[in-house]
Amino acid sequence: MNIKKNIALSDSGFVFDPSSGDSFSTNPIGLEIIKLLQNGKSADDIKKHITGAYMTDGDSFEKDFYDFVNMLQKLKIADGAEKK
Amino acid sequence: MKKKKFTIAVTGLNAIDSPGPGVPVIRALRESKHFDVRIIGLSYEALEPGIYMHDLVDKTYQIPFPSSGIDSLLTRLKYINDIEKIDLIIPNFDAELFSFIKLVDTLEKKMKIKVFVPTIEQFEERHKVNLEAFGKKHKIKVPYSRTIFSTAEIPALKDQFTYPLVVKGKFYDASVAYTPEQAANYFNKITAKWGLPIIIQQFVHGQEVNVTAIGDGNGNTIGAVPMRKTYITDKGKAWAGISIADDKLMSMTKKMIKSSKWRGGLELEIIKTAEEDYYLLEINPRFPAWVYLAVGCGQNHPEALVRMAMGEEVKPFKKYDIGKMFIRYAYDMIVELKEFEKISTLGEL
Repeated sequence: MNIKKNIALSDSGFVFDPSSGDSFSTNPIGLEIIKLLQNGKSADDIKKHITGAYMTDGDSFEKDFYDFVNMLQKLKIADGAEKK
Repeated sequence: MKKKKFTIAVTGLNAIDSPGPGVPVIRALRESKHFDVRIIGLSYEALEPGIYMHDLVDKTYQIPFPSSGIDSLLTRLKYINDIEKIDLIIPNFDAELFSFIKLVDTLEKKMKIKVFVPTIEQFEERHKVNLEAFGKKHKIKVPYSRTIFSTAEIPALKDQFTYPLVVKGKFYDASVAYTPEQAANYFNKITAKWGLPIIIQQFVHGQEVNVTAIGDGNGNTIGAVPMRKTYITDKGKAWAGISIADDKLMSMTKKMIKSSKWRGGLELEIIKTAEEDYYLLEINPRFPAWVYLAVGCGQNHPEALVRMAMGEEVKPFKKYDIGKMFIRYAYDMIVELKEFEKISTLGEL
């Protein structure tokens, strides 16, 4: 899955899609995940990173992660299938 | 170097929940880097707020409604011009444009007043009634539409349209009807205000996007800024909006201006579907009320119009700021009764 190239992301978690004019806010974890996706990290890379840095297990992470990426796709912030 | 000073007459000073473009056009002109202005407001009614905005409008004259005919408009303009020596008129209402276009020659040759407006052919061919043919001619997708003159024609619409459909007035107003009964209701409401005919247009699902643009009359787009409405009134008017980046929309705008050789300001109303198809809903043959967003984005379209009208060569804008927003607000002015009395009785303020 790719974060669309023209998506603007601020450090406060404000996400702006210049092609639609839509804007969204995300929490610090969401922001971190979007940045990792922008850097081309795969779902497995992100899982390793998040479960290593925060107190969460792999199953809980996966459930929340796929919910999140589905939302990114619905909101047209991301397109394509996520990398394994 | 001292800037030139032009006397420019502007209409559209109203600012109700469907505001006129006059006040934002004047704000844009007052911010020009190329010239100074004396603004003459041309109003139709005594309660148009622009009349009382003395920091924007230097003097206002009432002019006759378009229904009074071209001769009475010309007589009034002659009177105003004798006093004010107008350099340019910027008409901002669809309903008055026909009269001003018809008067271009007289105004320019006999009264030395410039008017930078579309030609009568351009004005007519983009008319809602003719929009489908316009789309075919310029290879732009337009929702299927037809013109009706009576509610008796509504039951048969089901053979050509699927509900919902859009019921539109010839100048203003549009409502989405989900049933024939609603269509008849909107037909009556809109005809009572704007007369016949009524345009029935297929409803296209998608996101509405708008473009404010200006053409030089030779096929060049001098400026264009696309916007998405982010807050919409119950009349469907933008109360807030944001400039967006959309290459397809920009090329559609440039293509339309190139093939029609559009002269003057315009607004395109477009629906972008989920499949990223773009359907042209309307072309408004003048600047929209949100034209000041273009100024905020780095493209002063009204200034460009004045410079072109004055015979200057204006180079096309190359960029605009993306993600700039406008948020409209209502502001209560306190007006002395004496002022209202003066514009109501003497037709001048």
